[in-house]
Amino acid sequence: MAIVIVLVLMAVGSVLFHIWTPWWFTEVASNWGAIDELIVFTFAITGFVFVAVVLFTAYAIYKFRYKEDRRADYEPENKKLEFWLTVVTAIGVMALLAPGLAVWADFVTVPEGAEEFEVVGEQWNWTFRFPGADGKLGTADVANITYDNPFGMNADDPNGQDDVLIEDYEVHLPIGSPIKVLLRSKDVLHDFWVPQFRAKMDLVPGLESHFWFTPTREGTFDLLCAELCGVGHYTMRGKVTIESEEAFKAWLAAYPTYAETVPAPSDTGGGAASGQ
Amino acid sequence: MVYVPPQEVEDVHLHDPDTFMTKYIWSQDHKVIAVQYSLTAIAVGLVALVLSLMMRLQLGWPGVFDFIDPESYYQFVTMHGMIMVIYLLTALFLGGFGNYLIPLMLGARDMVFPFLNMLSYWVYLLSVIVLMSSYFVPGGPTGAGWTLYPPQAILQGTPGADWGIVTMLASLALFIVAFTMGGLNYVTTVLQARTRGMTLMRMPLSIWGIFVATILGLLAFPALLVSAVMLLLDKLVGTSFFMPAIVSMGEQLDYSGGSPILFQHLFWFFGHPEVYIVALPAFGLVSDLLSTHARKNIFGYRMMVWAIVAIGGLSFVVWAHHMYVSGMNPYFGFFFATTTLIIAVPTALKVYNWTLTLWRGNIRLNVPMLFAIGFIVTFTNGGLTGLFLGNVIVDIPLSDTYFVVAHFHMVMGVSPIMVVFGSIYHWYPKVTGRMLDDRLGRFHFWVTFLGTYAIYFPMHYLGFIGVPRRYYAYEDFDFIPESAITLNENISIAALVVGAVQLVFLYNLVISYRRGKLAGSNPWEATTLEWQTPQTPPAHGNWGDTLPVVYRWAYDYSVPGAAKDFLPQNQPPSDDAPVQEEDNLGFDSTDPASGGGTREDA
Ligand code: HEM
Ligand SMILES: [Cu+2]
Ligand SMILES: [Cu+2]
Repeated sequence: MAIVIVLVLMAVGSVLFHIWTPWWFTEVASNWGAIDELIVFTFAITGFVFVAVVLFTAYAIYKFRYKEDRRADYEPENKKLEFWLTVVTAIGVMALLAPGLAVWADFVTVPEGAEEFEVVGEQWNWTFRFPGADGKLGTADVANITYDNPFGMNADDPNGQDDVLIEDYEVHLPIGSPIKVLLRSKDVLHDFWVPQFRAKMDLVPGLESHFWFTPTREGTFDLLCAELCGVGHYTMRGKVTIESEEAFKAWLAAYPTYAETVPAPSDTGGGAASGQ
Repeated sequence: MVYVPPQEVEDVHLHDPDTFMTKYIWSQDHKVIAVQYSLTAIAVGLVALVLSLMMRLQLGWPGVFDFIDPESYYQFVTMHGMIMVIYLLTALFLGGFGNYLIPLMLGARDMVFPFLNMLSYWVYLLSVIVLMSSYFVPGGPTGAGWTLYPPQAILQGTPGADWGIVTMLASLALFIVAFTMGGLNYVTTVLQARTRGMTLMRMPLSIWGIFVATILGLLAFPALLVSAVMLLLDKLVGTSFFMPAIVSMGEQLDYSGGSPILFQHLFWFFGHPEVYIVALPAFGLVSDLLSTHARKNIFGYRMMVWAIVAIGGLSFVVWAHHMYVSGMNPYFGFFFATTTLIIAVPTALKVYNWTLTLWRGNIRLNVPMLFAIGFIVTFTNGGLTGLFLGNVIVDIPLSDTYFVVAHFHMVMGVSPIMVVFGSIYHWYPKVTGRMLDDRLGRFHFWVTFLGTYAIYFPMHYLGFIGVPRRYYAYEDFDFIPESAITLNENISIAALVVGAVQLVFLYNLVISYRRGKLAGSNPWEATTLEWQTPQTPPAHGNWGDTLPVVYRWAYDYSVPGAAKDFLPQNQPPSDDAPVQEEDNLGFDSTDPASGGGTREDA
């Protein structure tokens, strides 16, 4: 009968662990707090089912433990019971799915006018690019990448000249307005993730992926890579600082535009990124 | 009562073994091949277990064990995951249990293609040898993760990118060849070699699980095979199936135009059904354990069969739930979240039916039953966390964290392993003629069950914090509290204990082979045919002179009016052994021929 006691303790213990756990989400710093709510809701439903199944099992084992002189029932099917269990389960699953898909619809719809910035990953560093004064990111291509042109900027693209290039592990973003994060990789898969923002997305070489969020809390957060990218995966770290619009502008102003990083035309010796 | 003459089957030539070599090495007997498969799978599984403990050493006490550097950590992760999923669980459930149980449970003398069956084992062994050779090639095994995602898998910066990945892919290709030979055999045997009266709807659920899983394998493994071949070509010949233009470590590579996401689609088109290739046999076997030891028919047999078939079918349209954050078109999320949550319904029904099988049973709490109950708990737990990860938006913060590691270990690591253990305790007496030691078995159960729960239950909460998976170390993260490091240490201690206890199990396997209590032919008083063989262990050809004839379904436990609380499937109807017409799913049980087993007109 030890198993009965253990099953009851497991059901109760799991619930108590859940209530008292010191390990829980970080405080959210983006508009995706709805995901936390969904998780709590999912917990309520699934937790109930788990406890019910385990306790029912424990009770059945206790009540119908082996007795020499007793016979089990012979009941191959019970159509009605099976039907209702199917219906109730289907309703429960729909109750989880519907709000989930509603939030997903928000997630895949980038708001009009979201500010864009780009994250470029390589083994095992983060770099960033902002569109500059014209608000447009210039085109870029892996084929253009050289030592002098680490972002693979397309030198002929006028939109790219004022792009601000940030070869630094830390990036700053303004609080309060939606941001569309464009993701690009030079080499292998990576994944841009700040736990406090909840959202994450892979960087895929050969294509540009994206996601959006609105920062809602000032502070400096760990940025990490969440997609295995080689031995240095666990060292691929960065920081994201959320601050006021003014502080952000001041920070951004300290970094060079693409045009400023291109070697002067007179400097013919290098020859690398002289696409004029 | 209609008298049914025992059926004369013109004997297939059975390649009767006469020397040690043909009996135990180049054997074509499904029972010997089953044991060969099982022992090889268990041996390679032990390697995977040791690798997991090494990872736990590093995670629990970072930096203390300096033989574990980042390279070797990633190699451990990869080899551990791949071995556990493919070379242990797939091989053990299908090559081991499938081989042993299909002919015996269906009343056949052997598989229909015994030679192919033998070949299947030897190619499997070869694939294991090639896999293990990874440790001896320059650079060691690949550290690309068991998903082997390109471009990383074949580029510098990943351990084993020169040789290890090649041996891995070659080994997988061999495994698939072996699986295909075995799989065609299992499917054909189920369809063609059932004895008289053994209709499909009288088959034990073990066979249903193994049968559907094998079909899934035959349809899913080709996707892995082509992706392995394409990846090998990208690596060795310089094609660009999966490789776009890349600058690796500052150097422009010669690739262009390929798609890394294509690989992910191919991989998971295989990978998700693979989860069910492991799960469905476990579902089947555990159903039979529960029913036998609860002395009660499985509840809702037809529902159970249809659930297995439905889950098998649906498992081919959910694969991209592994790719919600892969950068694929985000609109796919709507479709795949919906299909994934739909699959939860038949899965939940199976869980209900298992618990309802216990209800009003007469439950014998022996070791196989304990493991089966343990399975219900861990599978329910792991299945429910699948509802988090399947629901696309909820997956976004949780994917690639320890929540995922906890989820899949619970649902496809611990749960199937529970069934493996339960099944070994259950069928060992038939395989060897002796019982496994009961006290050692109980000890093994308690430590394994409680230990794995202690490992994986709290681990979900690391995932909530956001602790990422596949990390060699966690240095100076602001968001990871000190207490999480302590938790990791405790998890590692639990893992070491669970690992050590498996030695008790091995000891039990060895010692009971000589010293175990004699089992007799049907120690659990079970109904299915494998317990009704004239000899135990069953002799070559299984059934002596005449094949058994089946008169009833596999779950005639505690039939009202019967003298005993179980009626073997081959027990003819009589006053002491009534047949419940309405419960026998519409077949005229008194006339086995009406049931349409496939071997009636030989
Ligand atoms: C005591 C038993 C086990 C322990 C302690 C254990 C431990 C671990 C650890 C520490 C990791 C690496 C986590 C990371 O760094 O991301 C891992 C990964 C994995 N394990 Fe286990 N494991 C066990 C049993 C199993 C079983 C039975 C399976 C069978 C399905 C399994 C399948 C996997 C897979 C597929 C991975 C992922 C590998 C990857 O990320 O590429 N494990 N396990
Ligand atoms: Cu990474
Ligand atoms: Cu899946």
